[in-house]
Amino acid sequence: MLPYLARRLLLLIPLLLGITLISFVVIHLAPGEPTDLQTQMNPQASAELQERLRRQYGLDQPLHIQYGQWLGRLAVLDFGESFAGDRRPVLDKILERLPVTILINLLSIVFILAVSVPLGIVSAVRRNSLFDRTTTVLVFTGFAMPSFWLALLLMDWFGVRLGLLPISGLKSLGYEYFSFSGQILDRISHLILPVFVSAIGGLAGFSRYMRSNMLEVVRQDYILTARAKGLSEHTVIYKHALRNALLPVITILGLSVPGLIGGSVIFETIFAIPGMGKLFFDGVMMRDYPLIMGILVMGAVLTLLGNLLADICYALADPRIRHGRQVAGKG
Amino acid sequence: MSHAFSRLGLAAALLLFLFACEPRSEESLPGMSEAMAPEYGDTFIEASIGDASNLLPVLSSDSASSAINSLVYNGLLRYNGQLELEGELAERWEVSEDNRTLTFYLRRDVRWHDGTPFTADDVKYTYELYIDPEIPTAYAESFSQVTRVETPDPYTFIAHYDTPYAPALLSWATAIHPRHLLAGTDVLRSPLSRSPVGTGPYRFGEWVSGEKIVLEANTDYFAGPPYIRRVVYRIIPDVSTQFLELQTGSLDFMGLTPLQFDRQTDTLAFRRNYNKYQYLSFGYTYLGYNLRRPLFADKRVRQALAYAIDEQELIDGVLLGYGDVATGPYKPDTWVYNPDVRRYHYNPEKARQLLAEAGWQDTSGDGILNKDGQRLAFTIVTNQGNDLRIKTGEIIQRRFREIGVDVRLRVIEWATFLKDFINPGNFDATILGWSGGPEPDQYNIWHSSKTAPGQLNFIGFEHSEVDELLERGRRVFDQHQRKQYYDRFQEILAEEQPYTFLYVSEALPAVSRRFRGVEPAPAGIRYNFQHWYVPTAEQKYTR
Repeated sequence: MLPYLARRLLLLIPLLLGITLISFVVIHLAPGEPTDLQTQMNPQASAELQERLRRQYGLDQPLHIQYGQWLGRLAVLDFGESFAGDRRPVLDKILERLPVTILINLLSIVFILAVSVPLGIVSAVRRNSLFDRTTTVLVFTGFAMPSFWLALLLMDWFGVRLGLLPISGLKSLGYEYFSFSGQILDRISHLILPVFVSAIGGLAGFSRYMRSNMLEVVRQDYILTARAKGLSEHTVIYKHALRNALLPVITILGLSVPGLIGGSVIFETIFAIPGMGKLFFDGVMMRDYPLIMGILVMGAVLTLLGNLLADICYALADPRIRHGRQVAGKG
Repeated sequence: MSHAFSRLGLAAALLLFLFACEPRSEESLPGMSEAMAPEYGDTFIEASIGDASNLLPVLSSDSASSAINSLVYNGLLRYNGQLELEGELAERWEVSEDNRTLTFYLRRDVRWHDGTPFTADDVKYTYELYIDPEIPTAYAESFSQVTRVETPDPYTFIAHYDTPYAPALLSWATAIHPRHLLAGTDVLRSPLSRSPVGTGPYRFGEWVSGEKIVLEANTDYFAGPPYIRRVVYRIIPDVSTQFLELQTGSLDFMGLTPLQFDRQTDTLAFRRNYNKYQYLSFGYTYLGYNLRRPLFADKRVRQALAYAIDEQELIDGVLLGYGDVATGPYKPDTWVYNPDVRRYHYNPEKARQLLAEAGWQDTSGDGILNKDGQRLAFTIVTNQGNDLRIKTGEIIQRRFREIGVDVRLRVIEWATFLKDFINPGNFDATILGWSGGPEPDQYNIWHSSKTAPGQLNFIGFEHSEVDELLERGRRVFDQHQRKQYYDRFQEILAEEQPYTFLYVSEALPAVSRRFRGVEPAPAGIRYNFQHWYVPTAEQKYTR
């Protein structure tokens, strides 16, 4: 296992380098420069201002030298300073946005799993029943619905008409003056709509996936054996079938690791949540190269690690894979 | 140019609801609250679509930062409601006989938010900051005209110029920076970028990135503490969300779109809680012709196109009527505006006639005019993300088609739009807008020396008389004399039609009814913000 792990980890390095190189070139290919926002179409900005900014940002250097410098800093985990007006370290900007993004994504994944796993199982067990068909229609409606539209409707309904939930933001204005339980309640009430909206699209995919896995497993010989042994239907489904049907979920969870730090511009914008999606979007809009690269690198690292993690967990959870590899290793 | 807070749990929401009902009883006693003296307290909450970038004015150029900086810092001068310059940190000022020396006599009772006294050294330092080659500021140009500055005593500041420069006065309305906190430090990485120290009516409170910026009243303010105790800028990037927040009463101020102003806020509930205002904003939208293209070389073609556009139709269709016809680069209610310039009221007959005079006729019978085998066809480019401009383009497209001009409309992402089309002069015509201010100097946009790639006279307008007028206009301080130059300048523009000036839109703010002392003026409504107040009985936020 260990040599395998080491080999996989080593392979990640050239992959990561390739990703950064391509990203770096691509974002520099996009027309416009970070200096444009301050200098273009501004009657008061002189031509030398743009030159001054370009020099300070190092944009007057050839691209390969810029990449080299950037890579050199990255090697010591320095993501550089943002090109936005504040020139704050990129790492600071990312770190202050991470907690809320991770929180919402985690809650959203938990919500998706909590709803779609039972839905998938029941749909599979009662295949083609009225329940199965109704949930299919419902989850696909949710999947197809534009999230910004749904968000605005829910905000208007729960926020304006009923006045039950806050419309946007993470905390109320007087948050500091609330009691501890009031603060918790305030936090939760602000999270309900964003988590629901961000999860609704994922429900369809996951519950369908769960359903087909379950159907697949139920057809296996060992399920037939279990039934033949005279086990109760409950034991057959929830003990023997479910555990096996859940295995591919590991892969999906592994793949969603990078998604934990990635936010959605759309719902973050609508709910006024300062998350990673908005940070990245704004970074791209103003061509804030160090910030864009910083987020891309973190995303790339997490994607690669997530894949690796999924593979490892899969091997740990599924003896068939573990043994298969050992046999191949010996061969 | 374009520019808060939330509900709690169920119980708290109910509380707020009860609270919100209270002003209604107040309403039944009209006049009573108006008679009261201004009272201190309460919080003013507004939303911004973007987070501020930097709270050091020398380094910021975005509207969110400017809005906050305008409350935290002061300039030597400021514009009052009538758009006249008046002293702020300067008690008074003098312009020398030869117009080449400005002397400012500073107030002696001003302290920075940290208690340090404000002196002429701060002004001198601010000037040095703006001309420092290492400081990337967008506002260096007017300061670079200064040849020498003097501080004969701590409360006198003198700026010398080689040649008289009228926009200089405006440049001294720039925020003055604290020397004692910035001198000798790395200004680009100063902590003041995130927690500013100024002399203004509000001191910095708190900044939660992407969430909110809080300002607290400066009780030590030299002009007396502002009445409203706290100002909160909530960052809400989506305007629909802002509008929903406004409807719940969570925002006290919002600039509305014409659609919201006209159709969506005409409810009893809204009128009970908000006052709506409308006034012309600085800035106009125009159709600019690339004068380097042979197609637009003939003035009659440009005039014909102006006749083919129905400006009132644009205002009604695009702005729902909330705007005014633009006849030149100046706002109709300012001193510099010249109402007696050539007008081009919608007249397709006249347009066809002018085009015929210029040699354009439909000989091929395809409905499009032609001349020497060339069709009268061109492309209007505009930037993505501005629906008003796109709609304007579509309406103009139809009107042009009616006089036999074939126009294509192309909408391009902003960065590409500038880099590949506007800056290299690679376009036929464009729909764009300029925002402006009370200072009439238009040198950078219309002078023939500003036609190089990347400069602002990108349509390539060259007119020797205009050059001279613009040069003279910025050399005199006397308003009367300046007006003569700029009146003539507007006449020439109207005659030459390098742009067809389309419309000036109105700002349409809604302000919570709690706030008194709002007095609409040519400068808008925010100029006297520190005099706004809420009667104690109506104050909503007590902490």
